[in-house]
Amino acid sequence: MQVAESATTEVPLRRAVTRAEPLVWLCSGAVVIALTLLVTVLGLLAVRGLGHFWPQPLILLSPAQGGETAQLGVILDRENDDDGRESLLLYRGVVSVFPSTLLWLMDDEIAGRSYPDDALAIELRNGGRAFGFADSLRDTGSWRPISSAQLVGKLTEEPDLSSGMDDRALRLRLASGDRMAIPLAEIDTAYAPNAMSFTDKLGYFVEQLGSFLAEAPRRGNVQGGVFPAIVGTVTLVVLMTLIVAPLGVLAAIYLQEYAQHGPVTRLVRIAVNNLAGVPSIVYGVFALGFFVYGLGGSLDQLFFSDRLPAPTLGAPGLLWASLTMALLTLPVVVVSTEEGLARVPRTLREGSFALGATRAETLWRVVLPAASPAVLTGLILAVARATGEVAPLLLVGVAKYSPGLPIDGEFPYLHLDRQFMHLGFYIYDLGFQSPELATAEGLVFATALLLVLIVLFLNVAAVILRGRLREAFRPDETL
Amino acid sequence: MKTHSIDVHALKRAPTAAVRDDICLRVEQLNLHYERSGNVALHDISLAIPRRQVTAFIGPSGCGKSSLLRCFNRMNDLIEGSVVAGRVFLDGEDIYARGVDVAALRRRVGMVFQSPNPFPKSIYENVAFGLRIQGVNRKRILDEEIERALRAAALWDEVKDRLEGSALTLSGGQQQRLVIARAIAVQPEVLLLDEPASALDPISTLRIEELIYELKTRYTILIVTHNMQQAARVSDMTAFMNLGRLVEFGETDTLFTNPRESQTEDYITGRYG
Repeated sequence: MQVAESATTEVPLRRAVTRAEPLVWLCSGAVVIALTLLVTVLGLLAVRGLGHFWPQPLILLSPAQGGETAQLGVILDRENDDDGRESLLLYRGVVSVFPSTLLWLMDDEIAGRSYPDDALAIELRNGGRAFGFADSLRDTGSWRPISSAQLVGKLTEEPDLSSGMDDRALRLRLASGDRMAIPLAEIDTAYAPNAMSFTDKLGYFVEQLGSFLAEAPRRGNVQGGVFPAIVGTVTLVVLMTLIVAPLGVLAAIYLQEYAQHGPVTRLVRIAVNNLAGVPSIVYGVFALGFFVYGLGGSLDQLFFSDRLPAPTLGAPGLLWASLTMALLTLPVVVVSTEEGLARVPRTLREGSFALGATRAETLWRVVLPAASPAVLTGLILAVARATGEVAPLLLVGVAKYSPGLPIDGEFPYLHLDRQFMHLGFYIYDLGFQSPELATAEGLVFATALLLVLIVLFLNVAAVILRGRLREAFRPDETL
Repeated sequence: MKTHSIDVHALKRAPTAAVRDDICLRVEQLNLHYERSGNVALHDISLAIPRRQVTAFIGPSGCGKSSLLRCFNRMNDLIEGSVVAGRVFLDGEDIYARGVDVAALRRRVGMVFQSPNPFPKSIYENVAFGLRIQGVNRKRILDEEIERALRAAALWDEVKDRLEGSALTLSGGQQQRLVIARAIAVQPEVLLLDEPASALDPISTLRIEELIYELKTRYTILIVTHNMQQAARVSDMTAFMNLGRLVEFGETDTLFTNPRESQTEDYITGRYG
């Protein structure tokens, strides 16, 4: 627009901007974009995550003339090349006879595809999955032929069949025609997905989901459940909240209520606000040096010197991780508590003082209750941030695999010195460190979904609590 | 239900000269200024406030009447940089002397503010507040005291069935009476009312004024108001202030009908301010 015109068009332009409709469109557009992104993320996590537990159909690919052997497995991916030819990514299970568990097959290498009902998927206790057809079973000394359906039924009816160390074994006929013996003790579950009805699949799904939530991980985390990680995450967040809530609230009270309002207070406030912007890995490095080696090392020399050089507190663990997280979320709590305190009307304080209350009594009985929703808002934000934070934990206490839970029945019940598992780290570990991405991928999505749900649950609980506090003494027409 | 036809003049004439000589609060050479801005809020105020009577403070906005009122329970202490010089005696004791327990003073000198400021708690807990901070926690005693205070504030009949309800559900007038009940629950000697009816509708205002007539049999009441009719209706003594100085102080009837100072006359006749 030309300069000369701008003077004349200024007023109509501004009127156009301030007129309601375009603004409403703009604002609602922002909401729509935000919601779409959120729904997409949640949808992706839900579909991929929950899909992991749904039994996948087993496809049998027979080779074209001159091709290799037949293949049985689960299709993980399809791709079309420039000529329109399809190629399939097949997961063949982890069986020692294959050089690789994954296989790309071109369309022209495949003569036929079928979904045989007796194709068997076997979850191994410590070895991924194996696909094949039941051939024979040795449970009483000699090999006897058995069909896939019979085997599945037998395993369901006799759950202890696959426990104990002995020479009982299943002979599996692979798609290539080779036979492979699997000790029964190695078999976790066996099922024939192509023969399953919808109800069967649903039952399998629920069972898998249950063991995902309630069991400990196995075999490099790619199998089993995430129960220790759930416990670790929740314990960490609860401890973090217990540390950060009093610390943050007290600091905010001092800054807002007691400190003289001057340049120093302002400087402290700016410093606290800026702490929120420090990259979280920096907190991790700081905590490793200060808490773990510094504080922990000194405590070890003071109280646990008999156990040195093996560290007790001078090693990464739950206590230091909670402290690090508390430090990380402190600014959020301080800032929102301060704002809450500042918003408590002066007249309320004066009313309390006028009744002969001291400063502390006024603070405790009038100001803090009135500011409690703001405090909770701060804690909600802190919890949300801490639950999803992984980077500092890498340095101060998270473990790839930790058999001992941070809480158990053994004195002192809460083991602050232990390393722990964490959902966020579990995702990172599975997704980027796992040697076997094919099986891990679904678990990554499932774990991510679980983490989001835990954050959501904690937030909803806190929001409800805050709502109660806020509404407790709101004017209410029903009264 | 109370009728609104109380004989104001009969009530006002009731105190005898002997009672009037009984001085509750004496102010000597009181000065108040603010360090930061250098503003002087009060200049050399001296006056004696009689016991169990209503003393009204009138004057144009910013004349220092509220500041003076807040000197009687040392509320000005809360304002950073406020400096008080001079002396204020409550029953002969200097409340600005060293070592005075300000919290104890404020229990003896209750205060009600311009806009109702009930705590966001239940009606019961609002009235119980002052008692609880004195360590009274026995339910039976609290119940009795709360009923007494609410009856004295003419609020009992309206709230007795919902004592556990939020104080914020009450109307503005009820809230102000609740705040008065809260103040008298701790059994003060003096009640400071800082424009207690300025945020209320005429009916609620009338109820507050009736309440003031009733309460003055037990308490010394100081009321700041910018409503001259109200001052004339409720008070026995009136102080007219302007620009931080006490211009005239005397019996309400005299001050309104036959003021000594021309400033006072200008103000009450509406020629000024």
